[in-house]
Amino acid sequence: MSREKTLVSTQWVLENLNNPSVVLVEVDEDTTLYEGGHIEGATTFHWRDDLQDGLIRDLVSKEKFEVLLSKHGISNDSTVILYGGNNNWFATYAFWYFKIYGHADVRLLDGGRKIWELEGHPLVTAVPVGTVTKYVAKERDNSIRAFRDEVIAAIGAKNIVDVRSPAEFSGELSAPAHLPQEGGQIKGHIPTAKNIPWSKAANENGTFKSDAELREIYSVAGVDLAKDTIAYCRIGERSAFSWFVLHELLGLTDVKNYDGSWTEYGSLVGVPVAVGA
Amino acid sequence: MRTCGATPGGPSLDGIDLSVQSVIQGVVLRAGIPQNSDDVPNGGPVERAHVRLLDSTGEFTAEVPTNNQGQFRFFAAPGAWTLVVQAQGVRIEQAVIAKQGEPVDLVLTVEPLAK
Repeated sequence: MSREKTLVSTQWVLENLNNPSVVLVEVDEDTTLYEGGHIEGATTFHWRDDLQDGLIRDLVSKEKFEVLLSKHGISNDSTVILYGGNNNWFATYAFWYFKIYGHADVRLLDGGRKIWELEGHPLVTAVPVGTVTKYVAKERDNSIRAFRDEVIAAIGAKNIVDVRSPAEFSGELSAPAHLPQEGGQIKGHIPTAKNIPWSKAANENGTFKSDAELREIYSVAGVDLAKDTIAYCRIGERSAFSWFVLHELLGLTDVKNYDGSWTEYGSLVGVPVAVGA
Repeated sequence: MRTCGATPGGPSLDGIDLSVQSVIQGVVLRAGIPQNSDDVPNGGPVERAHVRLLDSTGEFTAEVPTNNQGQFRFFAAPGAWTLVVQAQGVRIEQAVIAKQGEPVDLVLTVEPLAK
């Protein structure tokens, strides 16, 4: 998979700020970031209000996704550039979402908000007023999405990659360390999972490491890149980041994001759980 | 102490059950010249600095941007951690020890190139 088709640089964004075929979309975990300042012309999706069904735990329906994209001026032939805070966690989740619904040209700003800010590029507060489009999504492509029964069947059979921090993997923490440590579910990890934190794939400035470095990270950790792989985290965002690395950057064909992740698995009755490093 | 009476450091801990949390928090300020020996630096908050938390092996654990008051917070586990603060043109590290029930509240100063 070519990085040219999946990633853009800050320089590319600066050169395309007025390109009518390009739509910038910011997706953050901290949803107040956008209103405090964003890249000129960028719109925003709220990771929960816009991208979660709200009644049942699931992605929004095809129809709701079409309404969302239409409202934000995105056409089927738009080049969508996603970026966000926290090393593009939620932007890569949105990327995975765009692929689920079959958008043709979606890319990430490599490094997201972080590198944009560290390089000192301008942020604006003006919200763009775009034209409303009539977006038509494809039916969901579940070949890149794993469900719980498939995950249980994958124990000892496929690569299972737990991309959470070592402390979450071992059972010491139940959530990332910038969130309250909530109870209500078992701590630990799925047996036979390898712990390769999503952060290993990123440089300190938020950009992705080179393909050679990425292959090395997974291989050293014992992941057989020739086998099918399922990635998970706590709620499916960080694992979308690692899914992006494996599927979009390294070009592995059968890689799925388990968006139910630990909040689902760790609440299931009777499934096997492992603890410790 | 700040003359405005506010407690130097991270956001309010109201509503957080400190008996079960090991909080590491603080504020990132531009370096300034204190008016008195016990003043905190007076250069103002650094908004949107990137603060990352590394575990005792140096492994990334979490990262947050500072808010418009320069504040950040982590809910860690008891033990040794390292904070890395990045802003335009600056990077500092700070070792901390987290304890359950005793929040760590820091004042970190940097000299970013940005405003």
